Amino acid sequence: MSRDTAAPVDSTDTTDAVEPDVVGGVSAPQQGDPAPTGARALRPLEWLRWLWTNLTSMRTALALLLLLAIAAVPGALLPQRPTQPFEVSSWIEQNPTLGRFYDSIGFFDVYSAPWFAAIYLLLFLSLIGCIVPRTRVYLRALRARPPRTPRNLGRLPASATATADEAVADVLERARVELRRQRFRVDVRDDSVAAERGYLREAGNLVFHLSLVVLLVGLAWGALAGYRANVVVPVGQGFANTITSYDDITSGGRFDPESLAPFALTVDRFTAEFETGPVQQGAARVFEADLTVTEEPGAAPYPYRLEVNKPLAVGGTDVHLIQHGYAPRVTVTDGDGNVSFSGVVPFLPQDGNFTSAGAIKAWDSRPEQLAFQGFFLPTAVVDELGPRSVFPDAFEPQLFLNAWYGPPREENGVPENVYSLDVTGLTQITSADGDPFRIRLEPGQTVELPDGRGSITMDGWERWVKLQISRTPGLGLTLGAVVAAVTGLCLSLFVRPRRIWVRARREDGGTLVEVGGLDRADARTGLDEQVDELAQTLGTREDEASAPAQDAGRGANDDGSSPRRAEGHDGGRDDGGERD
Amino acid sequence: MDFAEVSNTAMVMAAVVYLFAAIAHAGEWSAARGLDQRERRTSPAQELVGAGGPGTVEQPEAPDPRVERAWLRVEKLGRSGVALTVVAFAVHALAVVTRGLAADRFPWGNMYEFVSTSLLFVVAVHLVLVLRAGQRWLGLLATMLATVGLGLAVTVFYVDVAPLVPSLHSTWFLFHIVAAAISGAAFNVGALASVLYLVKARAERRGDVRGYLARLPSAKAIDLLAYRAHAFAFPLWTFTIAAGAIWAQFAWGRFWGWDPKETMSLVTWVLYAVYLHARATAGWRGTGAAVIALVGVAAYWFNFIGINLLVSGLHSYAGI
Repeated sequence: MSRDTAAPVDSTDTTDAVEPDVVGGVSAPQQGDPAPTGARALRPLEWLRWLWTNLTSMRTALALLLLLAIAAVPGALLPQRPTQPFEVSSWIEQNPTLGRFYDSIGFFDVYSAPWFAAIYLLLFLSLIGCIVPRTRVYLRALRARPPRTPRNLGRLPASATATADEAVADVLERARVELRRQRFRVDVRDDSVAAERGYLREAGNLVFHLSLVVLLVGLAWGALAGYRANVVVPVGQGFANTITSYDDITSGGRFDPESLAPFALTVDRFTAEFETGPVQQGAARVFEADLTVTEEPGAAPYPYRLEVNKPLAVGGTDVHLIQHGYAPRVTVTDGDGNVSFSGVVPFLPQDGNFTSAGAIKAWDSRPEQLAFQGFFLPTAVVDELGPRSVFPDAFEPQLFLNAWYGPPREENGVPENVYSLDVTGLTQITSADGDPFRIRLEPGQTVELPDGRGSITMDGWERWVKLQISRTPGLGLTLGAVVAAVTGLCLSLFVRPRRIWVRARREDGGTLVEVGGLDRADARTGLDEQVDELAQTLGTREDEASAPAQDAGRGANDDGSSPRRAEGHDGGRDDGGERD
Repeated sequence: MDFAEVSNTAMVMAAVVYLFAAIAHAGEWSAARGLDQRERRTSPAQELVGAGGPGTVEQPEAPDPRVERAWLRVEKLGRSGVALTVVAFAVHALAVVTRGLAADRFPWGNMYEFVSTSLLFVVAVHLVLVLRAGQRWLGLLATMLATVGLGLAVTVFYVDVAPLVPSLHSTWFLFHIVAAAISGAAFNVGALASVLYLVKARAERRGDVRGYLARLPSAKAIDLLAYRAHAFAFPLWTFTIAAGAIWAQFAWGRFWGWDPKETMSLVTWVLYAVYLHARATAGWRGTGAAVIALVGVAAYWFNFIGINLLVSGLHSYAGI
């Protein structure tokens, strides 16, 4: 392919003097448009080649990057279905026209949208199309000798001359040793020494871009073979890790339900503390869940304290504490006088003060079924806004319910939402004046339903914790890719390649030593100093080597670097290094 | 007075002194502007009034005393700007340190603490440039940024000292937030330099470099400083995102969840990646890259302020 022969460096050289790999755009060269235009239609192969060249060009990469940045923004501003399904519904309800339009183009699930995938896949394709040829070029450069010494060292951005008494060979040998000491790769030719350093820059550059590809592979692996499930466990109860005990689960296409780690745990205690002081009142301060974990059937159980930033790792599976809430403990007695329900019922927190909504379903009640829906308020107040909670901790726990009854129904196996009540087929229980019958319970209280339909007792309350059970294969690969990417990035930005040449020849009974230097990346300082020092080391510095000296005076006041050296690039960069 | 009161008072004082510093630097710019025009006008006048010598209008050999005085005024205003900045910086640093002492933790727990710490780094970079390289041309923009930023901090973002919520109890939180503050400071310095680059490059293109602009380094040197700031910030920002992801893996069991904050961090990262690539691409270099850098810093600020205040997500905690 054409890219083999034209190194990226060359192509950019023709367009500008500054080094192209300032950060290491790993793009293929942008030399002349390879599309034969006009006369005849492109053959498929040529067309493909034209497409490939354009896809892997730096301009396309830049456009795709910008497109990616723009395309990701709607997902930050609009609610997203995977994380906030209810917000999406209410957004669409509030803005029906715009909402439906957004929905149809995937704005509520941007990161799974085909157009988003298209952008990043094209980007990665473009990336790979750049890494491969550039790696080849780099490997060749690693084996190649440092570039030949330019004819006129005085035209380089930095140069100096000195005179020495020793023979040419001795001077060159000293230059070689000195440059070796400074960790240059050195090549001694007839009357000169060529030295180059900073090879790690391009290596870091390639590693960085390659790591991004590995990162994508790791992400894809985790998404395909991993899963994430949630389960609500009231304090005092347990949980065995089987797929049927999850409340909900999202998993990738290659997830195998048989592979679940066979652990079990019980939640013995959950401690929540909230700020009671005046500043940030109600903010969370402590969440701790004390668990007893059994890694597999028959194994010895051990205690574990689960905290927000301290997940439990068991059998390759992570258990995170992600939410907590309240579960009133109630007993329902039916119209026949039998206990038809007794237990804890988790309620879902609705706000920061844990106003919690839920439903109590006593389907076993006879002669008629009973059900309740309402709120649990950990610190209840009733004011003009109605009953609500004013603090997240349980200082004044109360249960506010409405009640329904209905004829017994067949169990039909249709799953129902445990946190809300479907009232179809049910009749709301009303008080004598026809208003809905309102139940307000404190722990220990019992309320009799009208017309002898039964009673409900609030025995107390428990806390529940929401545990997230997840397995993300490829996590190590992903982490490794990120570490490699950051390392490579640092190398590609902070290693600054430099070339130095030394030429010596006999003149007037002495040896004239010329030193020239060239920085191959922007934003490097100290080239003049290094060249001067080297000249001084090799011989007696000549006064007339003045060009850099003058500059040094100005440079001290002037950020010391680029203007002068950048100008120098035009004249000085005719090194043939990259051209084989 | 306890630490919290010291910190609050010092923070307000710092904002006020930064304002004075900004005014002094603005005076420095405007004095130089007047100077340039006067130079053109006074030279012919000098010829008429002067001792009769055919003084060259274009390049007066003897320095005009009025020009000298004007330059001196520019110098004085600039130096007082720097002096005020040093005072403000000291007070600012005191405010940040006492805030940490009052909270008995590192002062990076909320927007107020984050922005005040991050601006401290911005001013520190500016002062290093002044003291080490004698470059004080960032003074005006840096002190303006510090004034506006600290002003916002004490008025809009302010929250009283309080302990951290449990999800912030993590070592990775420290890494994450420190890296975010430092890289944010470097991005901001880069953006300030990019603004000056755009102004200076425009003047250079028109061949009309006058007033204070003439005292700035060449557009190329400014661009180089901008590049250095960005090149320093970019890997650090990458690390910020990575550390945040590791922390998220510990806290929520997923290292990436397209939370609005995470998304905008990535958008910011991509924009700066565009900047770095653009700087190496013909046709985008210079003005194009500088504009992208400014878009990047806008994304950074939007991520910091907009996402926290407008969009609800996992990063909306601790009051503000």
